[in-house]
Amino acid sequence: MLELIWLLPTFPLLGFLSLVLTAGKLPQRVVAIIGAGSIGLVFLVAALIASQFLDSGAEQFVFTAWSWMSVGEFTPGFTFYLDGLSLVMMLIITGVGFLIHLYSTGFMLDDPSYSRFFAYMNLFVASMLMLVLADNLVLLYLGWEGVGLCSYLLIGFWYQKPANGYAARKAFVVTRVGDTSMAIGLFLLFSQLGTLNIQDMLHAADAQWAIGSNYAVLASLLLLGGAVGKSAQLPLQTWLPDAMAGPTPISALIHAATMVTAGVYLIARNQVLFELAPDIQLLVAWIGLATLLMAGFTAMTQHDIKRILAYSTISQIGYMFLGLGVGAWSAAIFHLMTHAFFKALLFLGAGTVILSLHHEHDIFKMGGKRKQLPVAFYSFVIGSLALAAFPFSSGYFSKDEILLAALALEGPGIWLWAGGVLGAFFTGLYSFRLVFVVFFGESRGHHDAQEVAGFSMATPLFILMFFSIFGGWITIPVESVFSHGEAHVEHHVSALLHGIMIVVPLLGIGVSYLFYVSKTFSVEKLMASSLAQGLHKFWFSGWGMDRLYDTLFVKPFLWLARINRNDLVDWLYALIVELTRAAHGLVVRSQTGSLHWYALSVAGGLLLLVFLGVLL
Amino acid sequence: MPQTIPIEHGLMLAGILFCLGLIGVLTRRNIVFVLMSLEVMLNASGLAFIVAASRWGHADGQIMFLMILTLAAAEVAVGLGLIIQMYRRFHTTDINVLSQMKG
Amino acid sequence: MIILFYLAAAIAIISTVCMVLQNNIVHGLIYLILSLLAVAIVFFLLGAPFAAVLEAIVYAGAIMVLFLFVMMMLNMGQHSVDQERSWMGGRVFIAPAIMSGLLLAQFLNVLRDYEFELVPTEIGVMQVSSLLFGPYVLAVELASILLLAGLVSAYHLAKK
Repeated sequence: MLELIWLLPTFPLLGFLSLVLTAGKLPQRVVAIIGAGSIGLVFLVAALIASQFLDSGAEQFVFTAWSWMSVGEFTPGFTFYLDGLSLVMMLIITGVGFLIHLYSTGFMLDDPSYSRFFAYMNLFVASMLMLVLADNLVLLYLGWEGVGLCSYLLIGFWYQKPANGYAARKAFVVTRVGDTSMAIGLFLLFSQLGTLNIQDMLHAADAQWAIGSNYAVLASLLLLGGAVGKSAQLPLQTWLPDAMAGPTPISALIHAATMVTAGVYLIARNQVLFELAPDIQLLVAWIGLATLLMAGFTAMTQHDIKRILAYSTISQIGYMFLGLGVGAWSAAIFHLMTHAFFKALLFLGAGTVILSLHHEHDIFKMGGKRKQLPVAFYSFVIGSLALAAFPFSSGYFSKDEILLAALALEGPGIWLWAGGVLGAFFTGLYSFRLVFVVFFGESRGHHDAQEVAGFSMATPLFILMFFSIFGGWITIPVESVFSHGEAHVEHHVSALLHGIMIVVPLLGIGVSYLFYVSKTFSVEKLMASSLAQGLHKFWFSGWGMDRLYDTLFVKPFLWLARINRNDLVDWLYALIVELTRAAHGLVVRSQTGSLHWYALSVAGGLLLLVFLGVLL
Repeated sequence: MPQTIPIEHGLMLAGILFCLGLIGVLTRRNIVFVLMSLEVMLNASGLAFIVAASRWGHADGQIMFLMILTLAAAEVAVGLGLIIQMYRRFHTTDINVLSQMKG
Repeated sequence: MIILFYLAAAIAIISTVCMVLQNNIVHGLIYLILSLLAVAIVFFLLGAPFAAVLEAIVYAGAIMVLFLFVMMMLNMGQHSVDQERSWMGGRVFIAPAIMSGLLLAQFLNVLRDYEFELVPTEIGVMQVSSLLFGPYVLAVELASILLLAGLVSAYHLAKK
C-alpha cells in the first residue's frame, strides 16, 4: 500500500501532460475534471498512505521508484522518503491543493486560458510533492526549481499585461539569488560529505562536524539563503507582494499555503545541520523576527487587498522562521499547517471579493459589504481571527507554541518573545483593519455587486473555515522527526505572560475597531503630522527595500551594461575574426586563377622537397 | 671511351627532359602545348624507371613504365576532351581565359 | 652502341627544346614524336625492347595521332600561329627557366657522386609479362579500369 507513494507526483504530472498536449482543445468541463480530479485522486492516495503509515507505527518509509542517473558511486534516484514531516507536508499540499483546485474550477470559469491554468497548477503540485517527498537533495532541488518555474508561469499567467510579466520576472530573479546560494550549499555538502541522500548526509554531518565548525556554519548559511529566497524573508522578500499579479487561487496555493513554506520545510528537514550551527539557527530566528515586524508594519499601510494578505503571509512565515530559530521545530511546522488553512481561506475569500466586485483590489473602494458578500465575510472573519491568534482558533495554538518556545530560550529569548508579541498586536490590527474596511461602514463603491460563489467556490471555503477554527486540535506526527534537539517547552510560564499573549492580539483588533468602525480615533488626524506621513510612505513602500535594491543592484548593473554596450570582451573575438580575415586576404592572393601560377607553385614545392631531401 | 652506358647519364637525360617539359608547362599559354609538355614530363619519369630497371636487371621498372603509359593515355583522352569542350565554349585555347577559380 | 645512346639523347633533347619553342602546333607535335622515338631508342639501348616498342606504338603512334585528330577538329590556322608568336616573349621564360634550372642543378648534384657502369641485360617480353600477370595482376586490372574511365569521360566531355 505504501508503495503507491510513487503515484503522488505521477497523477498531477499526467494531468499536466494531458492538459498541455491537448493544447486547450478540451471542453472546460473535461479540463476541470482532469485538473481538479487528478489532485483529488492524489489526496485520496495521500490519505490512504497516511493512515497506513500512522497505523504501521514506522518512523520512516523509503521507496525507490527508479534510478535517475548513475555517475560512479553517485546514484540519485526518484526515491521517496516518507516520515512525519513529509507526511504533514504531503497532506497539506494535496488537501489544501485540492480545495484550491476545486475553487479554481469556479473562479477561472471566464478565463480563455482555463486549460493552461490547470496544466500549470498540476505541474506545480507534482513539483511540490517531489520537493517534500524527496529522499535526496538532487530530487529536492528538482522539485524546488519546478515550483519556482510554476510560480513564475502562474504569476505571469495574464501575460498580456506587461506589469504581470515584470512581476513574474522579478519573482524568478529574486528567488534565483536564493536558489543559487542553495545550489552552492548542495555542492559544498556533496564535496564534504560525499552524499546527497538527506538522511545519510545528516548522519555524516553529525558524525564529522563539531558544533559550530566552519563547514556546518557555511553549509547551513547557504541553505538558509535558499530558504530565505523561497519563503520571501528578509532580505529577499521583495518578490512576494508583486507576485500577487497572478490569479488569486495561485496566491492561495503557491504564495500562501505551499511553495513559500518550502523554505521552512528545507530548514526543518535539515534540522541536524542547523543545530550544528547554533549561530545560524539564531540568525534564522532574528530573520524571522525582523521579517514579521517589517511585514506587519507594511501590511498596515497597504490598500490592495491581496498585498495586505501577501505581507501578512511574509509576516506569518516570519513566525515560522522564529519558531525554527528558537528550536520549536514541530511548532513551526504546526504553524505552517494552520497558516496553510487560514491563509488559503483568506486568499480564496479575497478571490471571491475580487471576482464579485469585478476585479476591484482597493479596499477603500469597498466598504459595508457584509450583507452583499456573506460567504466572503464569514471567510474573512474566521480567517482573520485565526490569523490574529484569537483564543482557541487554529492560529492561536501554533503561534502560542512558537512564542512560548521563544520565551524559553536563554539569552535573547525574551527579546524574540517581545518582538513576536508586538508582531501579534500588529497582526490583529492589520487583519481586522482589512475586515472592517471591506465589510463594515458605508459602501464606497460597487453598491449592487452580487456575490459570485457557486458550489465549487463555496465548498472549499466552508471546509477551510472549519479547519481554520478547529485545525488547532490536530496533532501532527512530527515528534519522532524532531525528537533529538526539540526545545522542551515548559508550560510553567506565569499567567501574566500568558495573559499578555492572549490579550495583545485582541488589543490590536480593538484598536483597529476604534479606528475604522467606531471612528473614535481618526486616521486623518493621525496622518496630519508630517512624521506620520513619512512613516506611512516608508512603510507603504515595504521599507523602501525595492528602491534600495534598485539603487544597489539594478542601477549599477544597468550602468555597467551601458558601459559595456560595445562588449569589451567581444573585442578579443573580433580581433580573432579580423586576423583570420587578414590571413585569408593574404592566402587568397595565391589563388590567381592562373594555371601557370599553380604549376609554378607545384614546381616550387618539388624544388623545396628535393632540396630538403638532399640536405637531410 | 667506356663501352657501356653510364647510368648517371641515363638519369641525367631523364632529368633534362623533365625540366624541358616543366619549362613548356610553365611558359606556354596554349593548352595543347601544355598538354604536350606534360607528355614529355611523364615520358621522362618513365625513362627514369627504365634506367633503374636496367640498373638492377629487374622487370619491375618496366611494369612501372607501362603503368605510366596507361596513365598518360587516359590523361590525354580526358585532357583532349576537355580541350574540345573549352574550345567550343570560349573559342580559344588560351589557358589564361580559364581564371574563374581566382579567389 | 654508346655513341648511339648519346646521339639518341641529343636528338631527344633538341627536339623537345624545339617543341617547347615551336609556334605551330602541328610542327610542335612532329618534334614531340621525334623526341619520343629517340627515347624509344634509348629504351632499346638500355635493354628494354618491350618498353621501346610500346613507346613507339602507344606514345608516338596512338597518343600523338589522337593529338593530331584533335588539332584537325579545332582547325586552327595561321591565326593561331601568330597568336602563339605574340604570346611567346622572352619575359615569360625567366621564372620557369630559373625554376627548372634550379631543379636540374639539384638533380645533377644528386647524380654527381653516382657512378655505375651499366651492362645492359635484356629484359624481354617474357619476363615483363610474367610479372604483369603474376604479382601485378591487380595493377593491370586497375589500369584497365582507368582506361575505361578515361574512355567514358572523354566521350562524355567531347560530346556536344
